[in-house]
Amino acid sequence: MKAKPGRPSALGAALAQIGACGLFFVSILAALPRSLRYLRETSRQVYFVGAMSLVIIMTCGLFVGMVLGLQLYHTLSIFGGTAALGTVVALSLYRELGPVVTALLFAGRAGTSITAEIGLMRATDQLAAMEMMAVDPLAYVVAPRFLAGLIAMPLLACVFNALGIFGAHLVGVSWLGLDNGTFWSNMTANVEVWGDVVNGVWKSAAFGGVVALIATFQGYTTAPTSEGVAYATTRTVVFSSIVTLALDFVLTAFLM
Amino acid sequence: MSDSTHSVPPVADALVSVRGLQTALGGKLIFDGVDLDIPRGAITAIMGPSGTGKTTLLRHITGQLRPDAGTIRVDGQELGTLGREALFGLRERIGYLFQNSALLTDFSVFENVAFPLRQHLKLPEELIRNIVLTKLQAVGLRGAAHLMPSELSGGMARRVALARAIVRDPMLLIYDEPFVGLDPIALNQVLKLIRTLNRTLGLTSILVAHELAAVSRVADHIHLIAAGRIVAHGAPRELEAGGSDWTRQFFGGEADGPVPFHYPARDYAEDLGFPGGIR
Repeated sequence: MKAKPGRPSALGAALAQIGACGLFFVSILAALPRSLRYLRETSRQVYFVGAMSLVIIMTCGLFVGMVLGLQLYHTLSIFGGTAALGTVVALSLYRELGPVVTALLFAGRAGTSITAEIGLMRATDQLAAMEMMAVDPLAYVVAPRFLAGLIAMPLLACVFNALGIFGAHLVGVSWLGLDNGTFWSNMTANVEVWGDVVNGVWKSAAFGGVVALIATFQGYTTAPTSEGVAYATTRTVVFSSIVTLALDFVLTAFLM
Repeated sequence: MSDSTHSVPPVADALVSVRGLQTALGGKLIFDGVDLDIPRGAITAIMGPSGTGKTTLLRHITGQLRPDAGTIRVDGQELGTLGREALFGLRERIGYLFQNSALLTDFSVFENVAFPLRQHLKLPEELIRNIVLTKLQAVGLRGAAHLMPSELSGGMARRVALARAIVRDPMLLIYDEPFVGLDPIALNQVLKLIRTLNRTLGLTSILVAHELAAVSRVADHIHLIAAGRIVAHGAPRELEAGGSDWTRQFFGGEADGPVPFHYPARDYAEDLGFPGGIR
């Protein structure tokens, strides 16, 4: 269908949004040096988006690990390879599931709250008030939340991985009777710190940055109405999920 | 009194000077060649029907919004040429009272008022406390220093926002609808405060308000904006006395006049489904 004159097509609007988000990212980078004087605000945000997300991350990590342990044990037992359970669970978590599932949970738990908070600050003129008090909202509000996402996500992914492995151990060793030594020795023998663990940490940092960027951008540019904030919050979850999964493919291709 | 659209004489010692301001927002023309001077040390009121761009004019004067054409000078600095640092430097000397108070909801009343001090000055905590309490005392809310914004009424929030706006003793104070939601006692005190601040500290004030009686008590000059232009200006008494269709309608509160009361619409009878008209 042809777009109406003066009104951009859906594709044009999407490209404009991507461009605006890119420019917003550059603005955040430019504001980072100024935001260093707000370290207390940054640490408060790390607590808010990181520590406050621990319960959901730990719970989900435990159950994901338990499901992985159960499924893989039965699949591996067909080939007589249950000894590799620890290795397969650890590699799945470190390389893919840990960073990706944590990012999706992070978008739902922390990303939405960042968007809603900044969006409401926009709607109630708090950001304009800061501007009028000669305080840059990009440095005081946006950059600390972006940094917090960048810092908290790898830590949360590590916690998710640890609980996932604990869950798989609980199912594989404590419940289904796999040998404890086999579980751990195979895992430590086949998992590389740099190739698997650290690459997963890099991935999760990238996902944290992307989710925080999308969340802050959606909040900062929201229409100053209750409906606008609601849409922006929804868009944060949708866009963060899509971009996380797409970026995961790209990063995996590079890191393999 | 003057009520032509272009005969506002330039003020020799103007703190704010607007020339040839043109702005369109969302395809609608808001300003069509506005010339305006705000004299130093005076209280100048900007009045006009709703939706004529009074708040937009304040946003232009504070550099929050760039005009499509025209120049705005504040204390000799042309806003269009200022970079971010220079603009922020200028804003440090401007106090702005927002229409909806715009208090930071995560901070207490005390911390809201202390916010500009903490951000820009390295003052001892004891001094910050004394300054904040002094400003809160001026607006009658020293006892509410520990409350959170969500615990305040609309009028109280406005007074806290006023305390925050004056906490750094600015050269220019801008009040956007300062009287909305105030009870008669608070209104009287705020009017006294506006007058006192101007006279004792030598400030310049710009006031956007609709309450004619309150404005007349404090303002030295009134500029009446309508149809994208300054349609009248002068001392409150001069404008109240009438003289043009604009002033007669606005200050008399009449529905008929150059400012349409009804938003443009198709024929009323046709809209109601009576093509023959309403008898």
